[in-house]
Amino acid sequence: MALSTNAPANLSATDLAHQLKDREAEELGKSFATTSRLDDVIAWGRKNSLWPLPYGTACCGIELMSVMGPKYDLARFGAEVVRFSPRQSDLLLVAGTITEKMAPVLLRIYRQLLEPKYVISMGVCASSGGFYRAYHTLQGADKVIPVDVYIPGCPPTPEAALDGIMLLQKMIEDGHPRPWKQNWKAPDYV
Amino acid sequence: MSNLETLKTELAQNRDISKYQFTQAVGDNVMVVPKEDILSLLRYLKDTDKYDFLMDVCGVDYPNREKRFDVVYHLFNSKNASRLRIKCAVGDNETIDSALPVWKSADWFEREAYDMFGIIFAGHPNLRRILTHHQFVGHPLRKDYEADRQQHCTSTLPIFFDNEGEERGDVLNPNCVPLNIGPSHPAMHGTLRVMVELEGESIVRAGCEIGYLHRCFEKMAETHTYNQVIPYTDRLNYCSSPMNNVGYCKTVERLLGVEIPPRAQALRVILCELSRIIDHTVSVGTGGVDLGALTAFFHLFTYREKVYNLFEKFCGARLTVSLTRVGGMAQDIPDGWLEEVLAFCKEMRQEIDEISSLMLDNKIFIKRTQGVLPVKASDAIAWGYTGPLLRACGVGLDLRKTQPYYGYDGLNFDVPVGTNGDIYDRYLVRVEEMRQSVRIIEQVCKNMPGGDYSIRDRGIVLPEKKDVYGNIEGLMNHFVLVVRGLRPPVGEVYDATEAANGELGFYLVSDGSGNPYRLKVRPPCFAIYQSFPHVVKGGFIADAIATVASMNVIAGELDR
Repeated sequence: MALSTNAPANLSATDLAHQLKDREAEELGKSFATTSRLDDVIAWGRKNSLWPLPYGTACCGIELMSVMGPKYDLARFGAEVVRFSPRQSDLLLVAGTITEKMAPVLLRIYRQLLEPKYVISMGVCASSGGFYRAYHTLQGADKVIPVDVYIPGCPPTPEAALDGIMLLQKMIEDGHPRPWKQNWKAPDYV
Repeated sequence: MSNLETLKTELAQNRDISKYQFTQAVGDNVMVVPKEDILSLLRYLKDTDKYDFLMDVCGVDYPNREKRFDVVYHLFNSKNASRLRIKCAVGDNETIDSALPVWKSADWFEREAYDMFGIIFAGHPNLRRILTHHQFVGHPLRKDYEADRQQHCTSTLPIFFDNEGEERGDVLNPNCVPLNIGPSHPAMHGTLRVMVELEGESIVRAGCEIGYLHRCFEKMAETHTYNQVIPYTDRLNYCSSPMNNVGYCKTVERLLGVEIPPRAQALRVILCELSRIIDHTVSVGTGGVDLGALTAFFHLFTYREKVYNLFEKFCGARLTVSLTRVGGMAQDIPDGWLEEVLAFCKEMRQEIDEISSLMLDNKIFIKRTQGVLPVKASDAIAWGYTGPLLRACGVGLDLRKTQPYYGYDGLNFDVPVGTNGDIYDRYLVRVEEMRQSVRIIEQVCKNMPGGDYSIRDRGIVLPEKKDVYGNIEGLMNHFVLVVRGLRPPVGEVYDATEAANGELGFYLVSDGSGNPYRLKVRPPCFAIYQSFPHVVKGGFIADAIATVASMNVIAGELDR
């Protein structure tokens, strides 16, 4: 039906046949293939196969274990393959207080991660030092490394942690600009 | 004749006690002695078997006094559960003899007092910083150090060990392989750092570095009011938060001289035992993970979630509950909560059997743990072991039995003990303790007393919301208490409870103001973990990993 309205009146019989064939081919193509940009395909793959490095240092680390555990099951988001080697992971999950003593270690781990890499700070201690406004507590992991997603809570509920991971997935999918990472300068540590 | 007077007459027979003071403070026996006498006095008390544990050594700062610091020793006799506190005044530039030749447990406690106050312990072979980082300048728990003055650390230390006799710790043996594990390593539970020298797979030398989670609990306690400290205590041993709440509040209540109502006591017992169960499940579960059994972790976390659900129903929080207040509980339990706890207990009885067959009857688990790196009972006592690890060595010390509180003496439960002190026995004790905790909870739930969940002293507990909004007296009471804070009398107290890992002690000094003057925590795993380099010497590196897991070191209370 659509064909007859679009077809010019002076179309020859052969042209019409060709056009019909093209249209058939197009219809056929739609039934088994999709077209997309390569970037989108890669982003889709990335967001659904994050390999986290669980940098659990304190209470949040225990809640992170719940997130990985059977009830909340991070596997549903494709991120259950926890790697303790920074060379094998692309998501640094900072869960817990980072102290001044720990800061150089965290920075070294972050540098060892391969690109593309993402950082989630789970809980208020990792985000801002929390209620430890104290002489030996780093006032947020972002003092030494660039953080993509902050999850509030002390500790955050597993639902909140999942929400944070979904937010990061959305950022990866949309290709959200990350100026905090682009403009990041490593602190002058040994 | 009291304990203290007997001691006084005995001491008078063999030494000059004209400069000694013997006092009682809130029921604690206290001796003040000149610092020159401390080593000989400690040796005498230990050799004559008066006290077998040195539980804690800590400092207190009084900047306006001529001799600025107090070094405070807490001794404990496990046979009759008596305690003694010894205090020595030490000036800013003076030294005091290290207690290390008498009690091995003094090691890290003295290092901590040095780190926090700058007190020099003469004769201590490794008197260096322990909690703060190596670039730190000054001593943070001195009163003239501001709580929020941060100092950045920009480097990490290379591998080093403790000095032992002639052997220097910073010189590595060229014939051995040095290996660093942690602080970011799955087997180091996030924040521990272990350094070893290996010959093949055997450990020749081992060393620990701690403090990667030192977030200044004690300084925070000094800058907050008594009730504001409760959320900080949650985060000491975060695997069993309610126990820390209870331990702290019990200490403050003892200083205030109040007794909480029976219902609050019963609720605290239920919370403590529930958290003992989940603490042990984490310990057993992660212990399995460290031996390669990942299933154990997934399986055991199912049970942990059930207890979290109960906590969440009670107060809304899962992990850090802050459920107690000085004087009782924060709130009463919701309707039907006890029935749910009982249903959980019924379930848990079968599930503990399942855990037992999954782990303790597992051939690989047995081969990895039985007879591995055992600790003798005498060594365990010398190092200040308490809790499941001490009981695994065959010493049946449990404060719930020897120094009963909150009606534990009226409850039916057994204290399981091991025989060898090896890793297997530690897990055996933990699993059995879970069974006993279930028994306790069932008994308490069935006999839950009625009445109020908190005392109603206007100087201690905030009035109920209906009074605050309903009448002027309640409003004023609320206002005054919030602004002034509750103020215990001038004094000091040491109080201990049986936490999941052992004796959790709080030493509280009050100057009569709204904030604690000094709050020292005696964390159970601090004393236990300091023995690690000695325990694993000669063992395999894989067994050292199993040892760390079985010690159940929780960084929150280790580093505070």
